[in-house]
Amino acid sequence: MTLYEIMDILDAKVLVGRKYLGTEIYTAFSADLLSDVLAFAKAKSILLTGLTNPQIVRTASILDIAAIILVRGKIPQTETLRLAEQLDIPILTTRYILFEASGRLYTNGIRGCEIKVGTDDVIAI
Amino acid sequence: MNLNYENSFEIQGGSFLKAGEVSVFVKKTLQRMGLPNDILRKVAIATYESEINIISYARCGVIHIDVNATRVLIDVQDEGPGIEDIQLAMRAGYSTASEEIREMGFGAGMGIPNIMSCSDDFQITSEVNKGTHLKVMIRMPANTN
Repeated sequence: MTLYEIMDILDAKVLVGRKYLGTEIYTAFSADLLSDVLAFAKAKSILLTGLTNPQIVRTASILDIAAIILVRGKIPQTETLRLAEQLDIPILTTRYILFEASGRLYTNGIRGCEIKVGTDDVIAI
Repeated sequence: MNLNYENSFEIQGGSFLKAGEVSVFVKKTLQRMGLPNDILRKVAIATYESEINIISYARCGVIHIDVNATRVLIDVQDEGPGIEDIQLAMRAGYSTASEEIREMGFGAGMGIPNIMSCSDDFQITSEVNKGTHLKVMIRMPANTN
């Protein structure tokens, strides 16, 4: 589905990158941990997160993330928006919580960019 | 296609707002040079994790990028506390990150494991109270040159 349809499903507002709403999206990654985003998110996926600092944009740029969807109604710092414009990363914001936003997208056909990660061995640290 | 590039970048410890600036620059530069996408991704992630590590833990550090037609070398040397137990630091989930680092969304103990998973060859040496030295090699696919 397109970013435009995602905006519709999540009743989201576009903060940066209106011109990219036609981008086709198939997969997503949801996390509030950039370490995990860097380890597991795949190129061309969207990133759903509650983080709003400039590093979400740099992380998205490093990974070729197609768009950032901020959940829980977050509005990022000005620096984050400025950087997103500079690096051409669309940012949308939705009032849905992370679970609800992810679930609504899944129901409409978006899939996780990974299904499971790691191994079944549990290692105590 | 000219795939030669070499550059050094100085990173200041604690410069959280700038975290990732160097890595995004390196990635865009190598992208323009026509580095294959899968290599570009590995280089970008390894550089970014290294940059975050310097900013999070060290006083300062230097990231040296050296690209030719056969491989990319990422050499990261920092001055700082060093790593007491390297085996532990290489294990996913182990972290000594401060609250500030965690608030930024990092410090989950995935940095070094993630750099290793992007590397074809990985070496780490560290001296407590002096610093840490990472050497990362990422091989180019044979048909690039």
